[in-house]
Amino acid sequence: MTFKQMLITILLCSGATVLTRLVPFAAFSTRKKLPSFLDYLGKALPSAVFGMLVVYCLKDVNFLSVSDTLPEIIAIAAVIGLHLWKRSMMLSMVGGTIVYMLLLHFAIF
Amino acid sequence: MPAFRYAFSASLPVLTGYLSLGIAYGIYARAEGVSVWLPTLMALVIYGGSLEFVTITMLLSPFAPVQAFAMALVIQARHLFYGISMLKKYKGAGWKKAFLIYWLSDETFAVAFSVHPPSPIDKYWVYFFISMLDYIYWASGATLGSIAGSILPAVPDGLSFIMTAMFLVIFLDQWLKEKKHYTALIGILCAVFCRFLFSSNTFMLPSMGLILVLLSAFRKPIEKEGGFAS
Repeated sequence: MTFKQMLITILLCSGATVLTRLVPFAAFSTRKKLPSFLDYLGKALPSAVFGMLVVYCLKDVNFLSVSDTLPEIIAIAAVIGLHLWKRSMMLSMVGGTIVYMLLLHFAIF
Repeated sequence: MPAFRYAFSASLPVLTGYLSLGIAYGIYARAEGVSVWLPTLMALVIYGGSLEFVTITMLLSPFAPVQAFAMALVIQARHLFYGISMLKKYKGAGWKKAFLIYWLSDETFAVAFSVHPPSPIDKYWVYFFISMLDYIYWASGATLGSIAGSILPAVPDGLSFIMTAMFLVIFLDQWLKEKKHYTALIGILCAVFCRFLFSSNTFMLPSMGLILVLLSAFRKPIEKEGGFAS
């Protein structure tokens, strides 16, 4: 990506963000009520999107290769386990990442 | 100024949260190889943690403006819900409203929605300072992390997993809060299905399209069953 393309990408992300923050306030003053479909999307999308983003993070993992897949699966299990245990976002994130780094570093697989 | 003091103490939980996540984000961004000033710039102009992590990945992939805009829209769509919830509270904020809207992040929503400043304190100033402080915390964290990532001699392999871990944790929190998991499962299955059909650089637009189609098609039963996280 060129420098200009990077700036365009960042500005598009910024514009979309401002739009999602602004629309309820802008729509309310002119039309009194937000279209019920947008209201529904605001509630229905978060779970779907964060599920999609987990898959997005794993998009380049080669699931046919055991040495590529096992560190991801073990680290994911570590994150889930830590989070169910302590419910602390930073602990689950950092703990899981350290597990992942150790697995790569010692090339257990 | 009592409004500032009130806002500052209300924002303290966000201080630790945003600083630590911001630092993680800055270090991650540097380890992925973007310029040292980019995390700060993105913290200031995008101001949305999840999206900023994804933007780093997008900046390192082929230029795809439509996909970037669409992904930003769906990742940030939850702000629609925050805006609707804050309509009444922010009504009458005057010029401050522009900032309250621009700074309406997840954490700011959570704090501003739940504070009830006692009567002599101007509630609009409280909202304003809470929003401003959160914004400063996030940008400071990102900057500190980016600098730290530049000073560290070598970041070990595997730091990129922090983004997977972050989205997994947010997803888990959603999952644990909701009674039904239809939308969560729609998100995962659509993305996995499209990843099989398309390449890793092109599967996100179809994934988002499919998610929107399914959410629209099954709107009635999903709304009827409810079970959304609140």
